[in-house]
Amino acid sequence: AAAMELPPSHGVANRAAALATGYLCYRRGSPGRGLALRCLRRARRQDIDDVGHKYYLELVLEDVLDKDSTVNCTAEVLYHLGNKNIAPDVQFTLEGELKNTEEADNIFYSRIKSLEKELVAENIPDSHGNVPPEMEPVRLLAWVASGYLIWQNSTENTKFQLAQIKRVKQVKRSDEYLEFDYTILLHEMVSQEIIPWQMTVLWHPQHGVQVTQDSRQPKHASQ
Amino acid sequence: QKVFRVILQNDEQVEIINSLASNMQVDFWQPDSVTLVRPKMQVDFRIEADLSSEVEDFLKESGVEYRVLIDNLQDAVDAQFDSKARTTGHSYEKYNNWETIAAWTADIAAQNPDLVSRSVIGETYEGRPMYILKMGKSGSNKKAIFMDCGFHAREWISPAFCQWFVKEAVETYGKDTVMTTLLDNLDFYVLPVVNIDGYVYTWTNDRMWRKTRSKNAGSRCIGTDPNRNFNAGWCTLGASKSPCDSTYCGSAPESEKETKALADFIREHLSTIKAYLTIHSYSQLLLFPYSYTYKLPSNYEELNSIARAASKELASLYNTKYTYGPGATTIYPAAGGSDDWAYDEGIKYSFTFELRDTGRYGFILPESQIKPTCEETLLAVKYIANYVLEHLY
Repeated sequence: AAAMELPPSHGVANRAAALATGYLCYRRGSPGRGLALRCLRRARRQDIDDVGHKYYLELVLEDVLDKDSTVNCTAEVLYHLGNKNIAPDVQFTLEGELKNTEEADNIFYSRIKSLEKELVAENIPDSHGNVPPEMEPVRLLAWVASGYLIWQNSTENTKFQLAQIKRVKQVKRSDEYLEFDYTILLHEMVSQEIIPWQMTVLWHPQHGVQVTQDSRQPKHASQ
Repeated sequence: QKVFRVILQNDEQVEIINSLASNMQVDFWQPDSVTLVRPKMQVDFRIEADLSSEVEDFLKESGVEYRVLIDNLQDAVDAQFDSKARTTGHSYEKYNNWETIAAWTADIAAQNPDLVSRSVIGETYEGRPMYILKMGKSGSNKKAIFMDCGFHAREWISPAFCQWFVKEAVETYGKDTVMTTLLDNLDFYVLPVVNIDGYVYTWTNDRMWRKTRSKNAGSRCIGTDPNRNFNAGWCTLGASKSPCDSTYCGSAPESEKETKALADFIREHLSTIKAYLTIHSYSQLLLFPYSYTYKLPSNYEELNSIARAASKELASLYNTKYTYGPGATTIYPAAGGSDDWAYDEGIKYSFTFELRDTGRYGFILPESQIKPTCEETLLAVKYIANYVLEHLY
């Protein structure tokens, strides 16, 4: 079937855009660079028999740390029919360069490597939206890593966002990687649920971000 | 404007002050009038800004001992609002807990009796009074706009906006032509927090709580989603029948005391209420009916163009981009919403705002964004209110 134009205000198109952004952020992000969706410029949808629904998107992304720094992007998102255990396929092309964050990344890397006691923190941001400046890279790392969870767990009827870091604990390693154990809260927009999720995140300035293990946590009994 | 303090030594210096007062506008603070000025007295008086250097020179030349008591009167007056916040704890640029908001509703009405009156429309599940503020210059046959905030407990920016709106109304009445016209010709019913119990819970226990705090029969799970609890396609789609879910529609339409109180109030004032606004967060959306069906409302074109224009107004301040459209396609289909219910009751202009941001902070929007968010949203609300005033029915 041919691709059908969707209005950019369309909820479904925006869910696909959020998914693409999460994936992209995971692939390209670092403690010094987080990407967020500024706006969806164009969306088309194609129903492919026996395969699934494919979305063709034109996005504008912004640098989370510098709102004026934007980059255009085209992306394709394929939601697979039927089996909900397969993550959607995402492909993207960035038009232009992302800011170089080598310096900021290396500073953060050295800072954490040289900590005597493992880093531990809770509630980032706090209830009032505050993030201590020295926690910003820790927070951005969670933002980037959550892109992986968003990618792996999204369907056409879900829209995930990182709501808050409940707890983060550094795990000291003998090799060159930094490792953090996060418990985050993901907000799912359609069901309006807040889902606690645990993830183990590895990072190295040259090797990017990796989620090596993750597990969805049960909600509290009172909910 | 400056305030001076002079110490007068003798009759000669008293004369100097007398001549000053006869040559220009001098507002005596202490004593009340120039006729009470005596030697050895400490005299305080206010002078317009552009005359103050002349006065200083004059006092210097005449050898009168003086000092500047208040260098900038406006700053000092403004600072008083800050110190009031320090004692009451209320601030328009911070998130206020329920106790503070409740006290503020009493204060703001007491301080502005010509423009604001407070009443109670009902009680929450946990027994808290639901305060509503009626804003407007008293008049007969006035039509009204109803606006509520704080449906969902974790959306803290929402009650912050209702408070901001009230502040702007009382502070700019008589100064801003649009606001003055609105308040002269319309009444605004402002419900600063609908789901008070939930709001309190987000301060004491769980920042991410959404629903009410009512017990559900036969379940350990608490609360109903108030915005799935209205009689508009109730519980047909986009809502859950499970009490443990965040979008639980409740045991019946208006099963919640809070939603029943709101609905009762609107029904009782239906002949006067011409627009319904409900404030939520987040996503930066301006939505109108329907959410419980993909069907479009009969005045879809009109609502769409109002939403387009209001979004443009909002963006004009800080370039904050809003998406607008009917609820079902723009966000997701969801039955039982208060906006759809109000619309089906006959209130032609019914809008849901989803305020900042688009997910970077989500529900935990930093306090530094309260002011800009409220300022831009106010532009949109004033636009809509003005449109309604020009299209009364």
